[in-house]
This record gives sequence, structure tokens and C-alpha cells, in this order.
Amino acid sequence: MYISLTNTPDEAEPDRQSAPRGARTVSSTVVTLGIVSLLTDISSESVAAILPLYITGVLGLSTIAFGVLDGLYQGVSAIVRIAGGYASDRLDQPKWVAFTGYALAAVARVGLLFASGFAAITAVVTADRIGKGIRTAPRDALITASSEPGSLGRAFGVHRMLDNIGAALGPLIAFVILLVVPEGFHIVFTASLAFALIGVLVLGLVVPNVRTRPAPGAVVRRHTRRPRFDWRRIWSGRMRRVLAAAGILGVLTIGDGFVYLVLQARSDFAAQWFPLLYVGTNVAFLAFAVPLGKLADRVGRGRVFVGGHLALLGAYVVAALAVEDLVATVMCLVFLGAFYAATDGVLAALAAEATTPQTRATGIAAAQTVVALSRFVSAAGFGVLWFAVGREPAMIVVAVLLAVAVPVAALVLRPLLSTTGRAVS
Amino acid sequence: MNDRAKWALIAAVSVVALGTTTVVGVVAWADQGARLAAPSEVVTTDRWSTQGERIVFRNTAPGEGYGHVASVPLADPGGARAVGDLACDRLDATSEALSCLRSVRGIVPTYTATVYTGDGHALLEWPLAGIPSRTRLSPGGSLIATTSFVAGHSYATVGFSTDTSLRTIGGEDLGNIEEWTLLVDGEPAAPVDRNYWGVTFIDETTFYATVGFSASGVTHLVRGDIAARTLTTLAANVECPSLSPDGSRIAFKRVTAGSGANVHWTPAVYDIATGRIDLLPETRGIDDQIEWLDDDVILYGMPREGAAGDTDVWALAADGAGEPTLLIEHAWSPSVIREEESG
Repeated sequence: MYISLTNTPDEAEPDRQSAPRGARTVSSTVVTLGIVSLLTDISSESVAAILPLYITGVLGLSTIAFGVLDGLYQGVSAIVRIAGGYASDRLDQPKWVAFTGYALAAVARVGLLFASGFAAITAVVTADRIGKGIRTAPRDALITASSEPGSLGRAFGVHRMLDNIGAALGPLIAFVILLVVPEGFHIVFTASLAFALIGVLVLGLVVPNVRTRPAPGAVVRRHTRRPRFDWRRIWSGRMRRVLAAAGILGVLTIGDGFVYLVLQARSDFAAQWFPLLYVGTNVAFLAFAVPLGKLADRVGRGRVFVGGHLALLGAYVVAALAVEDLVATVMCLVFLGAFYAATDGVLAALAAEATTPQTRATGIAAAQTVVALSRFVSAAGFGVLWFAVGREPAMIVVAVLLAVAVPVAALVLRPLLSTTGRAVS
Repeated sequence: MNDRAKWALIAAVSVVALGTTTVVGVVAWADQGARLAAPSEVVTTDRWSTQGERIVFRNTAPGEGYGHVASVPLADPGGARAVGDLACDRLDATSEALSCLRSVRGIVPTYTATVYTGDGHALLEWPLAGIPSRTRLSPGGSLIATTSFVAGHSYATVGFSTDTSLRTIGGEDLGNIEEWTLLVDGEPAAPVDRNYWGVTFIDETTFYATVGFSASGVTHLVRGDIAARTLTTLAANVECPSLSPDGSRIAFKRVTAGSGANVHWTPAVYDIATGRIDLLPETRGIDDQIEWLDDDVILYGMPREGAAGDTDVWALAADGAGEPTLLIEHAWSPSVIREEESG
């Protein structure tokens, strides 16, 4: 059975309160999910921003061990992500699977208030990342189920914009607290818990329990036999193309950390503002999220996803060439923000398009996992290159490879390049 | 529950949650004001330096002068301390200069290194890429080494790295030693995951430091040559070195149990001539760059049990005879100024 995406919202969302009529509006569910993400991001980013200071300044420990473990958690998060997507699809309960993830992160915040040692902090951070892994794919499946297929790009754009507002506000709130009360780390932890709780509550109470599976009604569905989960939907046909394109481009996405390091090494401006660079990227991301999401709806998600990597290419080139410091730094941040805006939510929309409602959350999770793992490989590979040939030459090598990979990825994604959700077979 | 009731509940919980945060904040703010205004247990002067042989350190006694540079006479380390106006997270001092690393609080915290002259005037200042970790001045006072942690962020996937850089007292930037040539068994090598930290100067042209490989967790002692811009690996598992005043031994922290987050470091002494390594009788884990009180005793900072942000400086015989003793309460980052240096 294959149900066209075009029919999903009305069938899958019988209890929706405000229908997203036309392409002008975004479902209130999407906005609510965006607000939940905003609150949760304030919560997690406020703590993440001060954690290195806390560990070294208050606990009196070196952050070496913390850094070594960092990569491991990323791996755990990737595996948990697939599990979260699969659970969401099998149980047909994306809201409550996502809720579990958000709730886990909130409970971990309670631990922060009482944690005093490094091991306790590590446990809290791990729980937070696992929670993030669990919730991401079911939440994106909810966004898909609550949106018109023709405006899915815009819906993800709105969600990612709100999400990034939270990510920009979190560190700001944390640093303002520490500015007023220099030793007030526990105030930041308390604020973090408060925002996480409100986020979880809004999700639990306000977001409707949207089912992704098309069925005539909830009562009938309970008695229908659960269909077998079709793994072929995840790695064959159109999804295989999505995963392949994401992987090809992902292994050439070295991560903005390296771009910042290149900038910092040669620019006094970037060195002085090093801690602020990611905030600049965040701001650019949130500014471009909606326009690029809309563009994806108009010209095709595949096009915008692949084309977004040209912005990444732009960032590499500007970082590698001798452009004036301030100009280079600002341009890099704008390019990186545009890259994330053109690829993050758009990839979820692309994966949603290429899967069935029964396999959607797993499909989205698979695409995001491929991106995470390939970028991890990329970062490691770039490290090798950095030391082998030097900073700027390494950047140029990756830029050239990316320039080749973009048309290749476009070729792989060709059947999906211009799909906009309206004209699905 | 209808929509109205749901939003009313959310509003109520928000008010309680954010209200509690505000109360916690106001209490902490008032508390902090009271604590900072409270008289410290120590005597204060308006200068960080006194004269003669002394130990200069970061004062962590709660109350006025917390986080400021302080000093005690070498002859009476447990006695009254002089607390100055300078605030540093990490420091090193000679009789002529003080290297001070600090975090500058702001909407976004920044990190700086400043070198002060003996009478407290800022001579040099430059930004650090990350959180201050270690600093050392060369014995002749012509060089400054700094190590800072460049911590990653969720978007910045580099994870973590150290930035260990050298400068001359004249202001010349000798750069991050990561860009120098690493010689392993005499051959140039460039493992990608290498990080350097913990410089200790031999003289005005050479130094020891640690190279660590984050993938394997292995560390090596390296000897750095400033003119040639090379680093040569020596003994394995000798981390965060500190050269004794007589130049014959290196005190360091050695991994004796665990790894990653549960790593346990024990102070140890490496005899340069014989290569012999002696673990010292300290059961607690230490994480500091050791300082030599004299040729027989080492010093290191240790977090104070049950008091966040407070630390003590402990002393231990370098030959392993005897237990650690508490030398200076409420202190961190000790730096010993001896007479031959002052000379």
C-alpha cells in the first residue's frame, strides 16, 4: 500500500484544530512544536555554553576527558535516533515517543541541580543527548503529518527558525546570569530546568496526538492488524537516493568548528570573537530558514538541499582565500547559516517525501544519522589533511572535492530534484 | 481538559518555574553581595607582590579578594597573606614579572593573557582562544607559555583541543607549538590528533611539554627547541611536566587508573639522567601542573572537599618520604619566587 503524501494531512489528522488551508499558513501544531524546541534549546544550550567554564572553574577539572568522551556520545545519539524513529513508526505514537525524549532531557536537568562531580555531569549530559536522539525523528514526523505536503519546506523552515532562536537565546541568558552573579552556575541550571519543564508541558498538553498512519478513524485503527514494517522503504528506491546524496555531501562537510579554527588562526577579529562565531551562524540560520524552506517548496527540495552545499563551498573558499579579516568572517558565517537553512529542515522534508507514512520517522532518522556519521568521518579525515598539507591547502582540497560532489549528488537525486510534495506519484 | 484550562495550567507552571528561578537568582545575588563584602580572613595590601622569597598564588578564600592574586612569605606559608587587586584564574610569577590568565565575564566570556611587571603595570595583553589552563614564565623572564582549552560547541564539531602558545616578553608571538615539527625517534611525524599542554622552561631557548594523542590517550614528554621550532618525544606517559630548580628531575602527573572521565592521576618524579620514575604517596587524584617549593618538595592544588570553587595547595616530599601536608589553605596556582631568582 502506498499512500500519496498529498492525502496525508486530512486523513492522518482528524483532531487537528486549525487546518493549514492553502500554502500561506503553517499549522499551529508546527508552531507549537517550534515553541517546544525553542524552550528546550534555551534549556540545553544555556547549560552547554557554560559547562566548560563550570567544569574547569568550579569543579577544578581539566576538560580533556570531557572532549575525549564527546565523540562517543555523538555515536550513541545516532543509534538512539534510529531507535526513536522506529519506535515512533511501530507504535504510531510520534508525539509520545518525542515526549519521552524531551522528558528524559528535562529529568536530567534535575540531576544537574544536585550533581557535584564530573561523573554526575557526564551522566546528565549523556541523558540529555540520548533524549535529543530519541525525540528528533518523531518530532519531524509530527511536523510532516501536520503540514500540507506542498508547504512542508516552509513548515520545517518555521520550526528550525524557532529552534535556532532558542539556541541563540540560551547562551545569552546563561552569560547574562553569570555576568550579574559570577558564581551563579546553579541559577543557570535552575533556569535550564524551568525552560525544559515548560517545554515538556506545552508538548504534552497542547500538541495533538497526530497519527502518521492514514486510517479512517482511531477506533477502527486499534483493531486493524499492524502492518509489517517495510525496511525496504528505508534503503531502497527513492530513500536510497536520498541517503546516498546525503552521505556523499556529508563526507565533505567538515563542520563549522574547523572553519572557525581556520578563521581564528589567521584573523585577529575571529580570534577575539571566537566564542561568538557559532552565534553568528545561528542567527544567519534562523534568518534564512523560512525563505529557503519556501524556496524548496517552489523549486524542489532536492535542488535546495544540493544547492545549499554551494553555500558551504562558499564558506570554504572564503576561509581559504586571503580576504580581509572582518569581511571573511562575516561572509563565512552568512554562508554557513545559509547552508544549514538549506539543508537541515529540507533534508527532513526530502526524507518525509521519499517514505511512506508507516516508515516516515525511521526514514527521517536514517537520513539524519547518515548525515551525522558522514560528517563525523569528514571531521576526522579533515584533521588528517590539516596536518598533512596545512590549513588553507586542506580547505582548498575539500572545496574542490565538494565542487565535484555537488553535481554528483544532483545526479543521484535527479528523480527527486524538483519534487515539491504536490506532484508525487 | 479544554484549551483554556491547558493554557492556564501552562501559564501557572511557567510562573512557578520562572518565579523559582528568579528567587534562586535573587538569593544568590544577595548572598554573593554579602559574601564579597564579608571581610576575608586575611590581611590585604594594594599590591600583589611583597618583597623577598615568597609564594604567589590565586586566593580562593571566600569573601573579599576571592580570585585575586595573593602572596605569603616562603618562611611562613600558612601565615597571613597579602591580597592584591589583580584577579587571575591561573598565574606564574618571577621577581620581575607575573603572567596572568583570566576569563573576562561578559555577554560572551572572553579569555585573556596579561603580563605584569613587578610593580603591577600591564606590559602585554593578548586574547586566548579558550579557557585558561596553564602558564609558565621562563627562568630568565624572556618567554611566556600559555595553554588554553578550546572547547567545542554543538555546531563546532572539532570536539576539543588545546592551544599551547609561546610569546616573548617583547611581545613577539612565537605561535601555537602545534604547528612546529614533531620528531618521534628522530623522524618527523604528524599524527592528526596531537595536542600539546603544560610547558615548563629549561632555559631561554628550550623547554619541556606534553604531547597527547586523543585517539589512543597516550601522552609523551617532549623537549622543545624554540630556534629550530621542533619538539622531540622523550619518555612516555609523562604528563604536564615541571622541572625541578636544579634541573635534574621532572615532577608530573601520571595516569595510574581509569581513563576518560574517570582518569586518576598520581604525582610522580622522573629522573632525567637515569629515566627512573617514582610514584609519590598521594592517594587522591591530582590535576594540576606541579610547582617545586625547592629541590626536595613539590606543590599542587587540590579542590577543597564540599566547597565548590575553593581549593588548597598541598606539599609533598619529592623523594616519596612522608604524607602530603596542607601548605596553604584557600589557594590555587602556586608560584614560588626564590632568592636566587630574585637575586
